[in-house]
Amino acid sequence: MKTKLSAENLNISFGEKQVLKNISVAFAEHEITALIGPSGCGKSTLLRSFNRMHDLSPDAKINGTLSLEDLDLNSKHVPVTEIRKRIGMVFQKANPFPKSIYDNIAYGLKINNLPCNKEVVQKALEEAYLWDEVKNDLKMPATRLSGGQQQRLCIARAVALRPEVILMDEPCSALDPVSTLKIEDLIKHLKKKYTIVIVTHNMQQAQRIADKTVFMYLGEVKEEGTTDEIFNHPKNEMTANYISGYFG
Amino acid sequence: MRYKTRISIDILFKGVFKTTGFLVLALLGGIFAMLVYNSISFFLDIKPLDFITGMEWAPTAKTPKYGMLPLIISTTFVTFGAMIIAIPLGIGTAAFISEYAGSRLKNILKPAIEMLAAIPSVVIGFLGIVVLSPGIANIADLPNGLNALNGAILLAIMALPTIITVAEDAIHAVPNAYKEASYGVGATKWQTLRKVIIPAAAPGIIAAVMLGVGRAIGETMTVLMATGNAALIPTGMFDSVKTMTATIAIEMGEVPYQTTHYYALYAIATVLFFMTLFANLVGEFFINRFRKYHAV
Amino acid sequence: MQYKTNRLSSVIEWGTLLSTTLIVCFFLFVIIWEIVSKGVSSLSLEFVSKVPSAGMTKGGILTPIIGTVLLTLITALFAIPFGVCCAIYLNEYAENNWLTRTIRASIRNLSGVPSIIYGLFGLALFVQALQFGTSLIAAGLTLGLLSLPYIITTTEEALKRIPNSTREAALAVGATKFETIKDVVLPSAMSGILTGVVLTLSRAAGETAPILFTGAAFYINGTTGYLNQEFMALPYHLYMLSTQHQSIDQVRPIAYGTALVLVIVVFLLNLTAFYIRYKYRKNEN
Repeated sequence: MKTKLSAENLNISFGEKQVLKNISVAFAEHEITALIGPSGCGKSTLLRSFNRMHDLSPDAKINGTLSLEDLDLNSKHVPVTEIRKRIGMVFQKANPFPKSIYDNIAYGLKINNLPCNKEVVQKALEEAYLWDEVKNDLKMPATRLSGGQQQRLCIARAVALRPEVILMDEPCSALDPVSTLKIEDLIKHLKKKYTIVIVTHNMQQAQRIADKTVFMYLGEVKEEGTTDEIFNHPKNEMTANYISGYFG
Repeated sequence: MRYKTRISIDILFKGVFKTTGFLVLALLGGIFAMLVYNSISFFLDIKPLDFITGMEWAPTAKTPKYGMLPLIISTTFVTFGAMIIAIPLGIGTAAFISEYAGSRLKNILKPAIEMLAAIPSVVIGFLGIVVLSPGIANIADLPNGLNALNGAILLAIMALPTIITVAEDAIHAVPNAYKEASYGVGATKWQTLRKVIIPAAAPGIIAAVMLGVGRAIGETMTVLMATGNAALIPTGMFDSVKTMTATIAIEMGEVPYQTTHYYALYAIATVLFFMTLFANLVGEFFINRFRKYHAV
Repeated sequence: MQYKTNRLSSVIEWGTLLSTTLIVCFFLFVIIWEIVSKGVSSLSLEFVSKVPSAGMTKGGILTPIIGTVLLTLITALFAIPFGVCCAIYLNEYAENNWLTRTIRASIRNLSGVPSIIYGLFGLALFVQALQFGTSLIAAGLTLGLLSLPYIITTTEEALKRIPNSTREAALAVGATKFETIKDVVLPSAMSGILTGVVLTLSRAAGETAPILFTGAAFYINGTTGYLNQEFMALPYHLYMLSTQHQSIDQVRPIAYGTALVLVIVVFLLNLTAFYIRYKYRKNEN
């Protein structure tokens, strides 16, 4: 299958501390890849490096190649807003804008100069399985939605820009089981159109939704493969220990 | 909007924000430069030592005297008096609000303190004239009650909200574990307060007092209106005094620009600046020390 | 026996602390009671809608009211944009280096500088160096400088409370940093910023020392309103009526009335700030 997003020999350090060591990893198009590993293993750092979220921290040093197909994501000449338009992101905690539901979707479209009308907004909300619940309250402040609804709104916000990749940083960690299942369902549905990389702490979740799984430990990729391989026939002893719950 | 325009706006505003940051530096620098420049003009005429230690302030006399010692002593005297009143009241109130008052009472007391802080100093000075002055005159059998005592009471009222708020924060920030440990060995609430809470909160309380001192030294309107403004070295609380701030406020309106007297007022302001700066720096030092030990 | 003495002493101790609190509350009570009970008889529609007349022994206080409103307006127009921009720089852009630390230290020091020194600075900078003369604009800008450190500090506190995830949300859909601040960070922090701004303006409205030499006038015929002219202001009017007027006893009722109006203005501004803060906290939960 075609590689959509990849990192090669990626090293990231914050100040003195090296967080990612020589990472090389590739994510295939229209697949869901789960990044798993114990806390502090660098999986979120890796995820955030693809849409240049580290630009915010002045002491971050990034070496290596990050690419979206042929596009060099680390190049100074590529506008960061362009990258973020093509690579959407959903965060751990739902973070809707302090605006109405409609404006939450419309905001990204407007600033990126994309056509913005009711149909586009409706389509994004439909894709995020949220339309039926909010179609009569589009003017309502988004903060009044429930946690699960807010997170689906954030997914709709990302989807509205028609990105190629969606990065998800533990999108269900703050949600109840029912909302979690709904979002997992949604993620599986979204992979038809998008390439999805998801960081998760929840190994059952990785098994339920991911096609591929990457196991990371202390800033290194220890093992990668199909989810079935990683969870049922791990080659690396560390992986085996982690998935069977010896540490993490 | 095109991408390039958006980026240009982004860069432009970063510049604007940064400039305002530097302008704040320039503001403090400007104040400092103004004080120094005008003080130097003054010290070309008068020796700094004569100015600081001179016993007589008579800039409009036939042979003008620019000794600011009476003013420094007046300011110190009134501030000291204010602190004798405000420190026990402030710490007591802070301890009461933090340790004894229930949440309902707290919700009344805290806004009350904020209200007290909000009253303009000119109103408090006015009350010094219409309420305190006749009262003091009556009790002490004086022709009027515009004197150091009056000023000290008013300044205490002005400094109280600062002292209470900062001290209450400090007492409140003492970890519960300390109190529980003290109760655990059978100490009463009062013993805990005196032997555990107050010592633990001491740097914060000292900071509260120093910030109150800074506020009192720099306060103008209340002392201007209530202390009688006689530039003499006070011998007691019933003497009329003329503080540094009041001297500037009264005389700046009357002097011709760019005269020795005019520059002298800036020299007073410079001394005042450093006195308040010192009080605030000491206060800040203790606040930082307190934060270090009780990082929340 | 031992237990009983403990009981007794704990009551005494409680009483001591309570009485200090009561004394402080008593101060507040006396201030408000004195001003309200003696000021209320002067208060009337006429009092706030007529200009002073007959050497200020008659008439109302419309001129100082207008002066204070205009003065506070100039203060706000100058200090709010300046202060908010500076707070944005410190919280959103500035790196933690010696320069930033110096700027922060300056702000802390500026908030401790006595107001009379701001008055001197306003006199030297606006009245003399920039040749505005003693005027509404010079006094307003002086109060603006005085207000600046408070606005910066409270705005920065409000910005600090906005979690980073809110900023990331905007960046992740392709917003530039400025767009993130303008469209997401500032609206989220608005109520916190407003609370600080209103409190600062209430303080500025009651200040007297900084306007003593920068433009406040003993008496103005007619109404105030020209940027380049002197003006009357409520706090200065009260100061003047209670210490400088030639027939102090005769104008005492007007002085009480002025004090009451000033206190009402300041309290109303404070209540507005409390209300904004209260609503904001309620929304937060």
